[in-house]
Amino acid sequence: MEAIKINGTDDTPNVILDAKNNIFEFTGRSMPEDVVAFYEPILKWLEEYGESPNNKTNVVFKLEYFNTASSKILLDILMKLENITENGNEVVVQWFYDEEDEDMMEAGEEYSEIVDISFEMNPC
Amino acid sequence: MENKDYIDIAYSLHKDMTANKFSLVYDGEITHDLTKVFVSLAENKMSKYSEDISVKKKVFHVMVECLQNLSKHAEYCESHENKDKYGNGIFIVGETNDKDSGYHIITGNPIDKKKVSELKSLLEKINNSDKAELKEMFKQQMKEGALSEKGGAGLGLIDIARKNGGNLEYSFVEIDSKSDFFILRTKISRNS
Repeated sequence: MEAIKINGTDDTPNVILDAKNNIFEFTGRSMPEDVVAFYEPILKWLEEYGESPNNKTNVVFKLEYFNTASSKILLDILMKLENITENGNEVVVQWFYDEEDEDMMEAGEEYSEIVDISFEMNPC
Repeated sequence: MENKDYIDIAYSLHKDMTANKFSLVYDGEITHDLTKVFVSLAENKMSKYSEDISVKKKVFHVMVECLQNLSKHAEYCESHENKDKYGNGIFIVGETNDKDSGYHIITGNPIDKKKVSELKSLLEKINNSDKAELKEMFKQQMKEGALSEKGGAGLGLIDIARKNGGNLEYSFVEIDSKSDFFILRTKISRNS
């Protein structure tokens, strides 16, 4: 499956979804003008990936900021990842946050309470 | 004779802004590009004064959500026959004059009177919720809410309240029999 590589801008995150090299990353800022249009191909990719995922999928979220519209879509992404675990495949979310940014830490904790995936919280 | 009112208006606006420590006042249509410019202006200014990272992030969050609320709800005045009379929304960022130092973000926009009671009850529900309840409301809305065409997730006001410790100051000023002007003020205190 073809990898997705999106270079981040001042309002969209850097995204790497590369099944072959087992790299899954979301970094930077997310407040796209059209949040649905930006994330649609990403959700579609994850849907497809879920049909034949790697044994272990390590997903890195290293976000500096995201708006509430993005937070809703991030949950959709995490739910797609949760589906992958249902067939016995392992998914780990590595949630990185600025150690001084309590809100970003809490956002990670909240997601971990909603979806049934293991979260590693990493202050940096 | 040429009308010289602008002199008084310009000077008095300047005096009011200075006295009230308003660093940004904008009245007009909000676009995505303007949103980015406004937040980066505020960020630069706060960095210059070595503002605490958590205060900076909270101001940033609240500004974006407020601007997005304004742009989403601007439709009402656009569609209205008395568009010129209603204008767009107003957006203000400044430092507070109160003893608990910090920033405040004030927005104002015309709203259909028919929508006032629904908005009021949401604002009251938010103001009567503690930290844990706001968190639950946010999680619930994230799970159940759908994104609107304009990217609204119904999360903006809850998020704003969570960032400022749960108190949204608001009022409705009557414009005419059909519309009110909705004013929302969010304080971000340095000591919270």
